[in-house]
Amino acid sequence: MSNKDNSSKSKSKPDPSMEELVIGGATYQTRLNSKFRNRKTWSRPDERKVEAVIPGAIRKIMVREGEEVTQGTPLLILEAMKMENKLLSPMDGMIKKIHVSKGDQVAKFQLLVEFT
Amino acid sequence: MASTKKVQELKKRREEVQRGGGEKAIQKQVAMGKMTARERIVKLLDEGSFNEYDLFVEHEARDFGMDQKTLHGDGVITGTGTIGGRPVCIFAQDFTVAGGSLGNMHARKITKIMDHSLKMRMPLIGINDSGGARIQEGVNSLAGYGEIFFRNTLASGVIPQISVILGPCAGGAVYSPALTDFVFVVENISKMFITGPEVIKTVLGEDISMEELGGARVHSEITGNAHFFSETEDECFEQIKSLLSYLPWSNTDVPARKELKDPLKKYNISHIVPADKKQPYDVRNVIRSVTDSSDFFEIQESWAANIVIGFGTMGGRTVGFVANQPLILAGVLDVDSSDKAGRFIRYCDAFNIPIITFVDLPGYLPGVDQEHAGVIRHGAKVLYAYSEATVPKITLILRKAYGGGYIAMNSRHLRADFVFAWPDAEVAVMGPEGATNIIFRKEIATAADPEKMRKQKVQEYKEKFANPYVAAAKGYIDSVIEPWETRKSLLHALEVSGEKSVGMPAKKHGIPPF
Repeated sequence: MSNKDNSSKSKSKPDPSMEELVIGGATYQTRLNSKFRNRKTWSRPDERKVEAVIPGAIRKIMVREGEEVTQGTPLLILEAMKMENKLLSPMDGMIKKIHVSKGDQVAKFQLLVEFT
Repeated sequence: MASTKKVQELKKRREEVQRGGGEKAIQKQVAMGKMTARERIVKLLDEGSFNEYDLFVEHEARDFGMDQKTLHGDGVITGTGTIGGRPVCIFAQDFTVAGGSLGNMHARKITKIMDHSLKMRMPLIGINDSGGARIQEGVNSLAGYGEIFFRNTLASGVIPQISVILGPCAGGAVYSPALTDFVFVVENISKMFITGPEVIKTVLGEDISMEELGGARVHSEITGNAHFFSETEDECFEQIKSLLSYLPWSNTDVPARKELKDPLKKYNISHIVPADKKQPYDVRNVIRSVTDSSDFFEIQESWAANIVIGFGTMGGRTVGFVANQPLILAGVLDVDSSDKAGRFIRYCDAFNIPIITFVDLPGYLPGVDQEHAGVIRHGAKVLYAYSEATVPKITLILRKAYGGGYIAMNSRHLRADFVFAWPDAEVAVMGPEGATNIIFRKEIATAADPEKMRKQKVQEYKEKFANPYVAAAKGYIDSVIEPWETRKSLLHALEVSGEKSVGMPAKKHGIPPF
């Protein structure tokens, strides 16, 4: 075990290895772990941007830029995990830009289709 | 008396089988920096204590040319022996024989020794080093895993079950360790994952090495699947022996008594905890300042380190410690630390180990990631585990005990048997700063000098509520003690609760939030 046996002294001098964490209006001196540091900051999803929910390949694109579509219209087919996933339009609107072409390999969260 | 000829034959057969997968395979095993299965058993058990069973078991595969192959011991060594003079059951998969792959007879050897350990009420130690299911044996090898998992579950909470990962342990095979009590891993040797790097690369395009995906450090620091990390197999075996020294041999047994002395002088309990509640310190030193010979055996040291769990000895007896760690994330409760503490509390309860809880936390960790990761459900594990536990439960509030965190950390309300607090302790819905901002929002906003007003109100609040006496006045705290009285008070509490007897309503089992 790599526990360090450094019994701390009573005098609390500022320790440069410590960082600050604010909880309930109070600022605590402490160490932050990697999980906390690497946590994903949340942002409100933009329904005008259709992203890949899973990495895979674009098998088919069923819409064109400038086309008006209604909610539920199939936009494209993303093949992943040996399954063909039909991505449907999340809204009524006009396709502003298609960011991928047939055959493209896409990563998770990659932008595929943008609405105006 | 057996004829000399027959004895010779037995010797010959033994020697043959004990060579495992043969010289070449053994050389490969050594080249990977690993001991052989037999060496591992010998190192871990008391000298000369190993009794092997099922040495002459042969595999059953008949397809794909397997009927032409001899697999010595079918790739696993099983038997009984002693550790510290007490009996244990053990199995060790032999990677030199068909990659330690699990076929029907391999599994039958394991389940036989598992049945034995449960029947005879002794710990089970499983050393995992296997390429996985033996594909040539098809569904029979899957059946084998299922039989093992079922027995792991049956034995859970009855006998201690220890898994040692000394090689690959992938796919379904990982679930046996996951069902056992403690998982030991060794740097560069242990590899655990459900789907390996190759599949992940093919399906998802993510390029990752085995070590990065499921190496010893990953499971000790990120996933929490492992409880003990070491750099060498020898060190790992010493850890196993230390752990066993704290455990009873079954749930109807109590841990063996230890003859240890007073805490070491260097852990001076009066000088560890800073008075300023926003300053950190290492709570493990508080534990060491009260245990016999400052003995503390930490579990899951590098994962969710904002809570500390482990075994120590007090008055010669094993105690389970749970303590908020102000050194990491200010000691908050969050998803991982709740999971870690909840399971440990249930472990102690299952095996008749009293629990001592040290409280010093600002509350739960705020954040979208925490809420969306289900901190409600995970946090509830701590409440559930403490409420359900019927072993002696002793709490000491060192400094802060705020809000839901106060309730969760073995408060009187969850039926703590003894609640102590130091004079610096404060029990409140929240810290003075947060409380002031809410209670005196109007006064502060309308004051000529809001900042001055805020400070003044914080001071007023502190004087009135930031102490242990409001809770003590209601009997939520039994006793406010000076730090130097801590060991004496804890020992006394343990002594008087030795015969604790409480009942739970009759039920098949509860529905814990897991």
